[in-house]
Amino acid sequence: MSLKFALVGNPNCGKTTLFNEITGSTQYVANWPGVTIEKREGKAKRLKEDVLIIDLPGIYSLSPYSMEEVIARDYIVNEMPDVVINIVDGTNIERNLYLTTQLIELGVNVIVALNMMDSVDAKGDKIDLATLESSLNLPVVPITASKGKGVKELLDRALSVAQTAASGHSSPQLQEIHNKSIIASIEEIESRILPELESEVQNPRWTALKLLEGDEKVQETLKVPVSLLIRLKAYQERLEKNFDMDIETVIADSRYQFTTNVARKVVKKKADNSDLTISDKIDKVVTNRILAIPLFLALMFGIFSITFGTIGSSTIDFVDVLVNETIADFVLTALEGAGAAVWLQDLIVGGIIGGLGSMLVFVPQIMILFFFLSVLEDTGYMARAAFVMDRLLRKLGLSGKSFIPMLIGFGCTVPAVMSARTLENEKDRRLTIMLVPFMSCGARLPIYALYTAAFFARNQTVVVFSLYILGIIVAILSGILLKKTILKGEVAPFVMELPPYRIPTLKGLMIHMWDRGKGFVKKAGTIIFAAAVIIWFLQYFNYSFQAVSEPADSMLGSIGGVIAPLFAPLGFGDWQSAVALLTGFIAKEAVVSTMGILHGVAEATESSTDLITALQTVFTPLTAYAFMAFSLLYLPCMAAFATIKREMNSWKWTMITIGYSTGVAWLVAFLIFQIGKLLGFS
Amino acid sequence: MERTLKELKTGEKGLIVKVLGEKGPVKKRLMDMGVTRGAEVLVRKVAPLGDPIEVNIRGYELTLRKAEAQNIIIE
Repeated sequence: MSLKFALVGNPNCGKTTLFNEITGSTQYVANWPGVTIEKREGKAKRLKEDVLIIDLPGIYSLSPYSMEEVIARDYIVNEMPDVVINIVDGTNIERNLYLTTQLIELGVNVIVALNMMDSVDAKGDKIDLATLESSLNLPVVPITASKGKGVKELLDRALSVAQTAASGHSSPQLQEIHNKSIIASIEEIESRILPELESEVQNPRWTALKLLEGDEKVQETLKVPVSLLIRLKAYQERLEKNFDMDIETVIADSRYQFTTNVARKVVKKKADNSDLTISDKIDKVVTNRILAIPLFLALMFGIFSITFGTIGSSTIDFVDVLVNETIADFVLTALEGAGAAVWLQDLIVGGIIGGLGSMLVFVPQIMILFFFLSVLEDTGYMARAAFVMDRLLRKLGLSGKSFIPMLIGFGCTVPAVMSARTLENEKDRRLTIMLVPFMSCGARLPIYALYTAAFFARNQTVVVFSLYILGIIVAILSGILLKKTILKGEVAPFVMELPPYRIPTLKGLMIHMWDRGKGFVKKAGTIIFAAAVIIWFLQYFNYSFQAVSEPADSMLGSIGGVIAPLFAPLGFGDWQSAVALLTGFIAKEAVVSTMGILHGVAEATESSTDLITALQTVFTPLTAYAFMAFSLLYLPCMAAFATIKREMNSWKWTMITIGYSTGVAWLVAFLIFQIGKLLGFS
Repeated sequence: MERTLKELKTGEKGLIVKVLGEKGPVKKRLMDMGVTRGAEVLVRKVAPLGDPIEVNIRGYELTLRKAEAQNIIIE
């Protein structure tokens, strides 16, 4: 049977670096059941024994209030890993040990990996390892994960802990952490309350402490009856009165007193420590009152122009040619050679390869973008960006961390939705995902280009710009509205660490980037594949499943005819517009090519004069503007849809998102057309 | 003299006396981040738009909004 080691530690303590170092290429990334928090597992390489390493979320505490913390503690309590490796940042022992105290409370086998020893040495500080071991009554191994130093020793010690544990060695007790009056209450609860519970308690000491702390998750799991809750209340009130604070504060305070004492005993700071660290110096510039915002915008502009500018779009063209020409032609020739039926050829080449191609073209861009995002995150800049932008976004009921997803949304909705992962609060993340599609992405540009060329030739730029502004205004209003209705809730606290700046390792960045990109290809791919086949099918056949030559005769054409009246109040009730908007679900720029097909213009692009002339007979400037506004706001493309589904991890919220955006699109286009008409525009 | 953390100016230091407010997620989060009685805080800076603030506590940098800083009593 294989052994299980769990990695636990604060965010930014180098936990992921250590995980990468131990597991190498064996790692496997998935989500924890029911939530979009990453779960990483991997086999320890370079060990004879079969050891599975589980990377638990980066956390500061094991409180019942955050999803990450609940996941970590449930895992430790229920799955009982053989050893918990607690990574402690050697440059900040006092706060990092706070989590250690809670692992000791759990009574599991803990081994402390004291990380960042190179930074400790560089600062000239000394840590007394022997005293640290004896104060905690835990094995402590100094390591430098980024350089792989001490990792072998750490694993050897962990193995021996696992073996001793099997022979019944006692683990450290919480008496060493908490003061006498707290211990007395815990013991009383253990002997008087726990025996009266119906379910059997696995971990009595810890359970008693949690009941004393008033932990609702533990109360729920154990189904504590009201009569016992009242008795527990008496214990809590006794301590609250003694210490003059609420019970959670009493316990947290007691833990911190312990860690402060330990830190005082073991850390010998270099005498003169008044110099500004490099991190402080960088921060002086990066979060400077005047420079911070221009610097942030310049950085975003830089990333944006590389990703979506020449370099990024040349990768799109490259993949486009590769998939839609080279591969498509090759497959077509092969199918013709094999004598496949025409409909099969069209399904495979037009439907499947074309559909997947519409998604694959984004992959290199997404990888480039995620590379930069990983740099921002791993250096510690992301936290500063949130610090700088928080005030602005708070007005929309969001936090500073939502700014980056919003900005990326102007390039492409898919990576923007994925980057919302950096928001820990689930409501904030949902709201951000719902608003991101209103940022006008690159794929909507061909639609604007076509329509402005046809109807607003003299002030194209102004009209296109007004659409971008329209998207932003809709997002702001939606933010305020949604935060007051379906996403109502407390303002999530903005209490966040600003980690010291660090130089990321290339290996770390690559793994970070690859994990995210791979997820997109795999999960989004399955939905897009299905959707592409369905749309192809509807476009190719009529209701008697015969291939059609005129698009109007296909199922899609007749569906367009049925839904077209819905668009009449918006000013464009013709079936061609309805069908074009339907195919816009494959990719927004497909609206242009479909318009071309339906108006009998072959190989239409946004600058086809024939198509422009055709549109001028159907639309007026007012209806054209309403159509563009609708195209901007209505349901996002299939790739975005698949990503939203993946990131929301809920069909309900995915449907709410696309339902809401389509509803808003209809309303806005309706208002534009109707009010415009009243004002005498045409 | 007792003041709230919000009233402290950039560069000023103080010891935490008490954290006000109901038991719950926000307060617990502050506790978990080391904002407890007796800890020394130094106000580092205010964000360019006037909120949030950055403080140094227990040897690391923490940012919190003024709304939260208002509940932290300092001497």
